[in-house]
Amino acid sequence: MASVLLIEDDPLVRRGLRLALTRHGHDLRTAGSGEAGLDEFRSAPPDLVVLDLMLPGMDGIEVCRRIRSAGEVPVIMLTARGDDFHVVDGLEAGADDYVIKPVQPTVLDARIRAVLRRSVGAPDGTKLFRELVIDTVGLAVSVGGRPVALTPTELRLLLTISRAPGRVFSRQQLLSEVWEQDFLGDSRLVDNCVQRLRAKIETDPAAPVYVQTVRGFGYRFGPL
Amino acid sequence: MRLVVAFALVAALSVVVTAWASAQSARAALVASAQQQLVRGVAEQIGATAPTLTYPPAQDSLDRLRAAVGANTVVVYRSLRSSAGDGPGLITAELRGAVAARERLVTQRIVAGDRPWLLIGTPVMITAPDGARSASGIQVYAARDLTAVDRQVDRLVRSTLGTAALALALAVLLALVAAGSVLRPVAKLRDTARRLADGDLGARTPPRGADELAELTVTVNEMAASVQTSMATMHRMQTEARRFAADVSHELRTPLSTLTAVVEVLGDAADAMDADARESVTLAIMETNRLVALVEDLMEVSRFDAGTAGLRREVIDLPSVVHGTLRARGWLHRVTVSAPDRLEARLDPRRLDVIVANLVGNALRHGAPPVRVSVSATAAEVLIEVTDGGPGLRPEALRHVFDRFWKADAARTRTPGSGLGLALARENARLHGGDLTAGNTGTAGARFVAALPTGSEQG
Repeated sequence: MASVLLIEDDPLVRRGLRLALTRHGHDLRTAGSGEAGLDEFRSAPPDLVVLDLMLPGMDGIEVCRRIRSAGEVPVIMLTARGDDFHVVDGLEAGADDYVIKPVQPTVLDARIRAVLRRSVGAPDGTKLFRELVIDTVGLAVSVGGRPVALTPTELRLLLTISRAPGRVFSRQQLLSEVWEQDFLGDSRLVDNCVQRLRAKIETDPAAPVYVQTVRGFGYRFGPL
Repeated sequence: MRLVVAFALVAALSVVVTAWASAQSARAALVASAQQQLVRGVAEQIGATAPTLTYPPAQDSLDRLRAAVGANTVVVYRSLRSSAGDGPGLITAELRGAVAARERLVTQRIVAGDRPWLLIGTPVMITAPDGARSASGIQVYAARDLTAVDRQVDRLVRSTLGTAALALALAVLLALVAAGSVLRPVAKLRDTARRLADGDLGARTPPRGADELAELTVTVNEMAASVQTSMATMHRMQTEARRFAADVSHELRTPLSTLTAVVEVLGDAADAMDADARESVTLAIMETNRLVALVEDLMEVSRFDAGTAGLRREVIDLPSVVHGTLRARGWLHRVTVSAPDRLEARLDPRRLDVIVANLVGNALRHGAPPVRVSVSATAAEVLIEVTDGGPGLRPEALRHVFDRFWKADAARTRTPGSGLGLALARENARLHGGDLTAGNTGTAGARFVAALPTGSEQG
């Protein structure tokens, strides 16, 4: 289904997850350290990286940062429950989602599919909002004629809220529509993704025009 | 404080009593010596003049005698009488009678015209050539003004009172100082003991001097030091035990990750296996899930023990979260929920989920249907009540139901939980600033109520 790079230091966990995810139809490559993982990543970029945060040597946060600086390949972090500092660090380093170890392969598979899914509802062509152009068929975004590279999650977030300009989306709604997490989703996923999206499409990310915050409720596209 | 007052009172009382007693005795002595002097003066004058008189005396003899004795004197012989000054008016019949009867010197104190007087009456004795003494029949009465003496006594009493007042002040001061020197170290020791009792194990009193109090202080200090040492040891062991629990749980998580991954593969393949193998796979899956839950609960408990459990409040719709918790665990058809359509509160949704899941899970495992969840709100807090239709909690269970790994039914016939669920639920409620309480419903069945402040002001 998708080519997945799993970076995990424990060999048995690596083997177990490879077995399970392969059965879910993914094409799996694995690496046992951050350095080996980055080498593997550069030699042939996968569709998605599953990354353990607790790695010997270069830690998962740093690996995530380097992957993000190299492109828009989505990253799902493997974390321990209650590892809140790491979760925040990982999201700020650009991770798209996280799952808690030990994770059931079915759950991880669902997250992988959600992160990789790009289209939202029925695409209806190209939309123009001031400088921002969103091609909902070709899944391309540009600002002032300059193409902007978005990760699948960022793109999906933008497509979701630009579908209904002026409407307020709550964080839980966005978690449900973009991350496909219906219950107890982590709203920090939304906040971090909005920040990264703003950094890419807004002229002044501190005073956003396209993705605006509605205090106490959530986010809204416009009004322009 | 009472001791200080007692000290001062005793000192004051002793000063007052001493002053009063000494004033009394001084006054008596003074009066007696003044009287004696006056009496002696009269007697000497009589003694000096009497031998020169002729007997029987004539008026001029009496006059001479009276003049010799002094002012305020009456000299009487039969019907003859020589008097001068106030004396005559003052001589009482009583005195006269006493002199006549006893034939010797008699004194009497009277007050006349606001002045104290000493009345002296004496017969004049004649000594015959053979030495025999007999009354001459002449009687001398003299009145002596005692005002001067009284004034002297008053001065004495006043000066005694002055001294006493000074002594009183000094005595009270001394008493306070004495009491203080005993009581201040006692008060210090008391403060130290109180701080020790309040958990400040570093509290000490520096011993001063070499008395019993100093010994007591040293003993208290030694006791505090030994308690401090034991507490430190205990604390270290406790910390180590907690870290060990956290480390063990963490280490268990890695093999559990592998197990969780592969039992799913096994589960998918189980349909093709024979019955025994299929059963084994089912058991392996169930036990793996149980281990995962147990390790997660252990990790969570160690976070609470270490004080690193964090609270992330969000505005949530409480009925939706309760509904979500039940739906996520497939309990919707087994539980009756009564809740308002919407009820917004600032709570940590993950921790709320833990509370509801553990309460409902506990009711489903150990209680009996119907299991009910009711959600309500007061001005300051939201209440989540979970009841069941089982036999309820025995008093023993009520005491221990929140203890870690405490199991109510010894038989344990049903699928057990981790044994940490209710303890964790309560920790989570308390992290919100609320609490979780256990009891029984009016009819039967256990009743758990989580009361959580809505926390509208906190971040």
